Parts: sequence; structure tokens; C-alpha cells
Amino acid sequence: MRAIDGAVADLKRLDLLATGDSVMHRLDARAKVLTTLVFIISVVSFGRYEFTALFPFFIYPVVAASLANLPGGYLIKKIAMVIPFAFVVGMLNPLFDRQPMAQLGPLAVSGGWISCASIIVRAVLTVGAAFILVGMTGFLSVCQALERLGTPKPFTVQLLFLYRYIFVLTEEGARASRARELRSCGRKGLGLSSFGSLIGHLLIRTWLRAERIHMAMLARGFTGEFHSGQLTRFGARELFFVLGWSALFVILRLENAASFMGRLLAGLLT
Amino acid sequence: MSHHIVEVKHLHHVYPDGTVALRDVSFTIHHGESVAVIGANGAGKSTLLLHLNGYLSPTSGEIRIGDFPLTRKTLPEIRRTVGMIFQDADDQLFMPTVFDDVAFGPFNLGLSGEEVKLRVKDVLEQVGATHLLGKPPYHLSGGEKKRVAIATVLAMSPDILVMDEPTSGLDPYARRQLLGLLRDFHHTRIFTSHDLDMVLELCERTIILHQGRVKADGPTRRIFGDDALLAECRLEKPFSMQGCPVCGSRK
Repeated sequence: MRAIDGAVADLKRLDLLATGDSVMHRLDARAKVLTTLVFIISVVSFGRYEFTALFPFFIYPVVAASLANLPGGYLIKKIAMVIPFAFVVGMLNPLFDRQPMAQLGPLAVSGGWISCASIIVRAVLTVGAAFILVGMTGFLSVCQALERLGTPKPFTVQLLFLYRYIFVLTEEGARASRARELRSCGRKGLGLSSFGSLIGHLLIRTWLRAERIHMAMLARGFTGEFHSGQLTRFGARELFFVLGWSALFVILRLENAASFMGRLLAGLLT
Repeated sequence: MSHHIVEVKHLHHVYPDGTVALRDVSFTIHHGESVAVIGANGAGKSTLLLHLNGYLSPTSGEIRIGDFPLTRKTLPEIRRTVGMIFQDADDQLFMPTVFDDVAFGPFNLGLSGEEVKLRVKDVLEQVGATHLLGKPPYHLSGGEKKRVAIATVLAMSPDILVMDEPTSGLDPYARRQLLGLLRDFHHTRIFTSHDLDMVLELCERTIILHQGRVKADGPTRRIFGDDALLAECRLEKPFSMQGCPVCGSRK
């Protein structure tokens, strides 16, 4: 199935981006993880009807992605894949919450629509920040940073395995699905019934493969710890990065910069 | 040095579903020997190899690697001593880049960052894959993957190399390169393979497994000269020992 193959290639591309070399790539992973965390908390902690105040937050993903030379089109496509899920979460708000909250010319906008839009913008911001974090750091380094920040090791190791096995699972899945597709000659094959056993086989095959990979790890002395040669230091640069961005996020959280700019502009014009 | 010896005594293995994979297998492999374990599909070759680094434990019988019997306690040391190269290199490469993958073992051995870097550089040079250092493993060709897989194992400085079908899936050129590489190793080497020409080139000794038993164990040339034995074990003479396919004459 080309769709699955494509998805894997896409994930691998995210992995590849992390091997780049830029100001952002060179920062200690902990600084980036912490900043992203503050960013996400700031964005998520807004009230449910907040909408305009969210927009100034786009400055972080835009600046980070451009400093790290991450391809914008690719990131937007990745983020767009998540929007339907966010929409499902907010879908029912306009139905239940019909209180008019804002006036757009002759159109009264209900609180439900605003909160739904707010959910989507927040999803774009937080998911975008997470993608950018992985794209400029690499999943392994993110996990190592989490561990160095005090996350229990079993948790980070689980996370790493989960990530590695996504590739194993999707590759096996793509192969099995391709084999099925080729033999169903453009028709539906045996429909759902063939899918049942395909998924069962997939589970067993992935399991076996995961075991072989585990065996390879054991054979090379794996004891539950992932090491990396490039352990970076948390220096002044990192401190500055974290404090600078965090201060900005806190200010943007407390003061609606969009409406401030609006008022400023209105004041200048009158 | 006695720690390069592999000794297998009366090894039996029965899988949980009742399949008997190995029956009373015994042999001793000495320091520096290069030995092929051959046999038909399902003869028990892979099962045997998986015992050698303790991934499977014997139903009965004993395995000694060097001076140690293979037990739970000696397992970490034995896994360092016995370097295992899998048939499918994809199973062996699981880190984001070639560097990380080759460095995985040395880091687990407790080497420092600088030492690890040196060792990674060293082994990649040895297998001729220095230029792949920063690449992610899934972007490599089959031959490159194989070399990197071998490097990951060499980086542990094992005394014994165990390889499952090293030449399977390689093009003739990559296979030839690999043979050259393997010939230069001075480790004790144990191969399984269906590539009998490779066996003829690399191994002075051959063990034939047939239905889980050791059917023959001796000098490779003598074993490949025994037509009746080969036929019984579903094997054939290597092409280089067969007559010319055009004129029928032998070299």
C-alpha cells in the first residue's frame, strides 16, 4: 500500500532532518525540550474562548523552524494531518454553545465556534512545536534530554522502543498489504475477512522481528541504557535560550499582544 | 588461547510447540578455525547458532565458550566474546545513524566518548564503510547494510564471529568484497550458508546438520567430494567443483 510506504518515508524524513547542523541543532536538547514545554503549557493554559491571543505564539515555531532550516511545506503538511483530529474534538462545541460572543459585521459568532477554532489553533501550535522539536533534535536526543531532566528511565526507554518499532510495524504492514493488494487484482480481495488474518499475521511477524532486534541489542551488551557520543553541555547559550523564550511566552500569555498591537495601531491612526 | 574455543556437548533443543530442532549435537571448534555449518532448510542451523550466544537455552546438553560454561551468570561476557551477525542486516541496525549503531556496543561496554569514536572509525575503515558514518541505516543498500552490520559486531572486539548466511541477498560484486573481508579476519569463525562456493573458499572444515543431527564433520573438500552424503542431506556440490556446464569437462 503506497499510503503506508509514504507515511514511513515521511517519518524517516523527520528523523533525517535531525541530523542537520544549525544553531538550533547544536543547542543542548534539554534547552529545546524545556522551551517547548513552556510553550505548550502557555498555549494550553488559555481560557477556552481565547482566540486572538494565540496568534502571537506562532512566532516561536516560525523562528525555530527557519533557524533550524526545516522545510516549511513539509511541516505544514505534517501538521495538517493532525487538524482533522482536533476538529473532531471541537466539532460539537458550535452545536451546544450557541451564545453569541462576537460580532463579525452582520454575523454573530457563537462561543462554540470560537472555542472550536481555538482548539484547532492550539493543536496547530502545540503539534507544530513538537514536530519542530523532533526535527531539530532527533527522537533519541529528546528522550535522553527527558532522562537527564529526571524522567524515570523505564519511561524514556519505552518511548524509544515505541518509536523504533513504529518503523518495524509500518514496514511489515506495508509489505503484507502490498502482497494482498497485488493478488486482489484491483478488486477488494476477500474484503474484511482477509484483513482479519492479515492483521493477525502482522502482529505475529512484528513480534518476531521485534524479538530479533531485541536479540541484536542484547548481543551487543544492551542493559537498558541508550548512550550517545554527543552529550552536549547546558551552557550560557542554552540558559539564555530557555529564559528568553520562556519570558516571551509568559508575557504573551498574560498580555494579549494581538489586541495590544490592534489598539496601538488604532491609536496611531486616530 | 583457550577462550576462543567453542564446545558443544550433546545439545538437544525442543521448541515449545514440540518441534525437535537439535538432537544430540556435539562438536568442538578451536582457536582460529573457520567452520561452516551447512544443511537443508530446517536442518537446525539457525537454532544452533542462536544457542552459541545464549539467546536460546538448551533443552539438555552443554555449551562452553572458552573457559566458561554458558549460564545466566556468564551470559554478558559470552555475548561480548561471541559476535553474532544476523542473516537480515535490518534486524541488526536499529539506531538513527550508522555512527550511533556502531557505537551502540562499545558504549554498552562502558567505553568513553573519545574511545568509542576511535573504535567506530577503526571498524568502519576495516569494512570499507567510513563514508557511511552519518547516514541512517535504512538509506543504505543491501551490501552496505551488511558491512555496517559486521562493523557493529567488530566494534565489540569479539573473539569468535558467528554469521548466519553472510552472503545471502548480495550481488556478485558485494559478495566478492565480503569474502575478501571475511578471509582477512583472524577470529574463530562459524558460518551457516547455502552458498557452498563461499564455504569452499573460506572454511577448511564443514559440519553437515541433517534433521537436527550432525551428519558429517570434517575437511570441507572431503565432504564436498562425497556425492552420496550430499544427496542424502539435500545438498549439492559447489559450482566450482562441478563440471563445466557447456562442455562437461572438469578443470
